[in-house]
Amino acid sequence: MTDTLSIRRVSASPDAYIPISALRSGGPTYAKLVDIGACIGCKGCEVACKEWNDLGVEPTANFGSYQSHRDLSPKTWLLMRFNEVEVDGNLNWLIKKDACLHCEEPGCLFACPAPGAIVQYTNGIVDFNQENCIGCQYCVTGCPFDIPRFDAATRKVSKCNMCVDRVEVGLEPACVKTCPTNAISWGSKRDMLALADQKVETLNARGYENAAVYNPAGVGGTHMMYVVPHGDRLGDYSLPSDPTASPAPMTALGFMKRMGAYLMGFGVLGTLVHFLRYGPERLEEHGGHGDGPAREVPSA
Amino acid sequence: MDISRRTFLKTSVTGALAVSALGFDLRPAHAAVRQLKIRNATEYRTVCPYCAVGCGTIAYVHGSGGLNTKNTVIHVEGDPDSPINGGTLCPKGASQMQLAISPRLRHQPLLRRAGAADWEEVDWDTAMDWFARKFKDSRDASFRGRDDDGRVVNRADGIAWVGSATVSNEDAYLITKTMRAMGLVYIDHQARI
Repeated sequence: MTDTLSIRRVSASPDAYIPISALRSGGPTYAKLVDIGACIGCKGCEVACKEWNDLGVEPTANFGSYQSHRDLSPKTWLLMRFNEVEVDGNLNWLIKKDACLHCEEPGCLFACPAPGAIVQYTNGIVDFNQENCIGCQYCVTGCPFDIPRFDAATRKVSKCNMCVDRVEVGLEPACVKTCPTNAISWGSKRDMLALADQKVETLNARGYENAAVYNPAGVGGTHMMYVVPHGDRLGDYSLPSDPTASPAPMTALGFMKRMGAYLMGFGVLGTLVHFLRYGPERLEEHGGHGDGPAREVPSA
Repeated sequence: MDISRRTFLKTSVTGALAVSALGFDLRPAHAAVRQLKIRNATEYRTVCPYCAVGCGTIAYVHGSGGLNTKNTVIHVEGDPDSPINGGTLCPKGASQMQLAISPRLRHQPLLRRAGAADWEEVDWDTAMDWFARKFKDSRDASFRGRDDDGRVVNRADGIAWVGSATVSNEDAYLITKTMRAMGLVYIDHQARI
């Protein structure tokens, strides 16, 4: 485990990891900033994502949009959504770089019942570890942004992992590096928040008075933030206006695990007490083994 | 080896106690990340072949380069030190590794004969012979030694040549020289890199 990948949270492990994050601050907290105002919709990030993560080709069909695929999939972790919306009488593309937002309070992790299948690092990345995934798809339900996708063939769920293998060795994610219009930026969360404010000011000066930063508080903020030129039309960007995630499922799971352990313990204790009180079961009293009627064993 | 139920239970319980007493910690296993795929790959600086911008790229290559080895390119991404693109690449450039490794890549020339509906795969000799014949015929048919005013021009008006975007500066120079020698005047080229 390197310094940049200290663990903050692990799925289905309500209290196990608090000491680590308390002992080690774990270095910088990273964030990706997507300036939709600067995006030209070239889909370079989509290709770079596929190339780096070896996700392979998925045949596409023209369905009357510039969008490449209709939806995210286990093989398409990043999709540029070309939302065609009329703004002030003009056609606008309210583009959304649809991929995991890496929430500070990840709903997927809170919902996951498989220990170690979802890991949140202190640098902010929420990563799926497919080896531990049991394919229950609770994360799909738990995600307020509808990002994780289930692969019926492998029975595992996958999503963007913010190129955690690159980030670990100090490289930026593939989509950030490739963006030709500087619409995607990478750095510490603090720097990205400052940059986001600058970008909003620039957009305001250009006449987009509703420009806003999308860093929703309901999920504790995200590690992929957007600067949206039309901040009053989040719905048209297919961005939920108030996404929420709560650690309640994880706490409940912890409670149930503890109850299960107690039940098991009391069961063993009860068996012991029963044994001490009544002694071992004597077979000759029943005239056979088990509950069924005694059967003659045919001689060979 | 004969293991009775009692021995099995004894061993399991002792083993479990030993493991928990020694403090086996499985937590680091949760942090197991995929290994960086370009780890130990050799970096080759190169230039994107697709358009006139000439973005700097880095090709990551597996293989020692030894006498008995054929190297394999495993990843291509932008060169952050390039003043042209600063590490960025457009979608086409980001996929340029496919130019080297795609299974759909044609390694043989295709020929569609006059009147044919389909392309046929031919060997290089056939393709070169066919090309040379056509080139010679067109040149013979269209070559003009003098123009209407009687000035010496020695040009072949019947052929135009469009260079390739994926050839280097030196290739482009040689193409131009060769075609000029044949008398061509309509010469163009896509990538000015």
